[in-house]
Amino acid sequence: MYETYRDLPPIQITTESTKGNQTGTWRTFRPVIDLDKCDRCYTCWIFCPDVSIIVEEEGDYPSIDLIHCKGCGICANDCGPGAITMEREPL
Amino acid sequence: MARGGGELIREHMSGKFIIPREELMHPGHSACPGCGEPIAMRLLLKALGPRTVMNVPAGCCAVIPGVWPRYSLKIPLIDHAFECTGATSSGIRAALDAKGMNDITVVGWAGDGGTVDIGLQSLSGAIDRGTDFLYVMYDNEAYMNTGSQCSGSTPWGAWTTTTPGGNEISHRTGKKRILEMLVENGISYAATVNIAFPEDLIKRAQIAQSIRGPKFLHILSPCPSGWKMDPSKTVEVAKLATQTGMFPLYEYRDSQYQFTEEIKDRKPVEEYLRLQRRFRHLSPTQISEIQNLVDNRLRELDARMEASRK
Ligand SMILES: Cc1ncc(C[n+]2csc(CCOP(=O)(O)OP(=O)(O)O)c2C)c(N)n1
Ligand code: SF4
Ligand code: SF4
Ligand SMILES: [Mg+2]
Repeated sequence: MYETYRDLPPIQITTESTKGNQTGTWRTFRPVIDLDKCDRCYTCWIFCPDVSIIVEEEGDYPSIDLIHCKGCGICANDCGPGAITMEREPL
Repeated sequence: MARGGGELIREHMSGKFIIPREELMHPGHSACPGCGEPIAMRLLLKALGPRTVMNVPAGCCAVIPGVWPRYSLKIPLIDHAFECTGATSSGIRAALDAKGMNDITVVGWAGDGGTVDIGLQSLSGAIDRGTDFLYVMYDNEAYMNTGSQCSGSTPWGAWTTTTPGGNEISHRTGKKRILEMLVENGISYAATVNIAFPEDLIKRAQIAQSIRGPKFLHILSPCPSGWKMDPSKTVEVAKLATQTGMFPLYEYRDSQYQFTEEIKDRKPVEEYLRLQRRFRHLSPTQISEIQNLVDNRLRELDARMEASRK
């Protein structure tokens, strides 16, 4: 994007969002949601530190953005009915 | 299994958003897995909305909103030196005033080290000037971005690299009472909030936003690497901090102190301590010393509330 220091803007201004960072590659354990157990309380959506629980519309079941989910396991730990399990990613 | 926030929220109807839906944070930011800080930042921005400008000093707060050339927040953000949060917020407010923009919320967001130690003078100055802004201190209880050194907000007994056996000598009286210090300094509104109580966090942030003048929020923000705990326990540990009285939730508003979350059936501090390996070296005597510290602190707060009502 910038060939030499001369091309840099006078102050450092960010130009693109972190969506391009594939933080999902950090993950060792993958959250898997059992929709039969999910009661759509959206606890996982509220607490996910990585904005990786997707609920498109009110009433929808949650799904996971595996491109960005870091596998912290907060969603699984705090899901009331225990609908989320953490499964080891294959090596 | 003990749950973090789950049971609290499940009392509500299912299939409904109980916090604002609008997302002002992108995924892909550089916080460690399970970090409490992006939870706090995301909830705060949901409360305040997009007409917000933020400024951040050194700390994990400088990398989570994006490492150049990328940004993770959908609001304007200024990065500055470690000790300047209050001064920078005053400057932003002055610039907005000069442009006649009076519907913007200015947020200075800094760590505990950046607040109770190095940024204290600059914050005090901003309060003294009566700057209309919200100062948010996310408290992970040490200088975490540089690998966990003790700060004025580290609780007594916690392991850090500069207090390898726990802080034996300093901090016997607990964390610096930053909120009370700022009240004496002349702050308009102040509250402690906790990521494990998201609805309360959002409510306090919106109250702060509605008041003119300098405001302060103190957010407990667990750090899995520095607290040496399982990253999945962040919300559970944060919740226990309040349930054990280690981190009471209270506010200062209209010259009165009051609890915002009553602690019913207070749990022993040990339940909180044992989930974190930064407290692993503590002897039973030391744990009861921490229990005493917490009991005394809550008595002191009760007295303060009583006195402010007179
Ligand atoms: C004047 C100055 N001294 C030291 C540093 C190095 N430094 C960068 S981040 C940091 C720790 C910040 O601690 P805190 O404010 O608690 O935020 P945290 O990293 O814990 O999120 C330190 C010491 C610096 N950037 N500037
Ligand atoms: S926390 Fe569990 S029950 Fe609630 S919405 Fe998420 S998966 Fe469903
Ligand atoms: S494992 Fe962590 S990052 Fe992944 S979806 Fe659950 S809470 Fe979000
Ligand atoms: Mg810190």
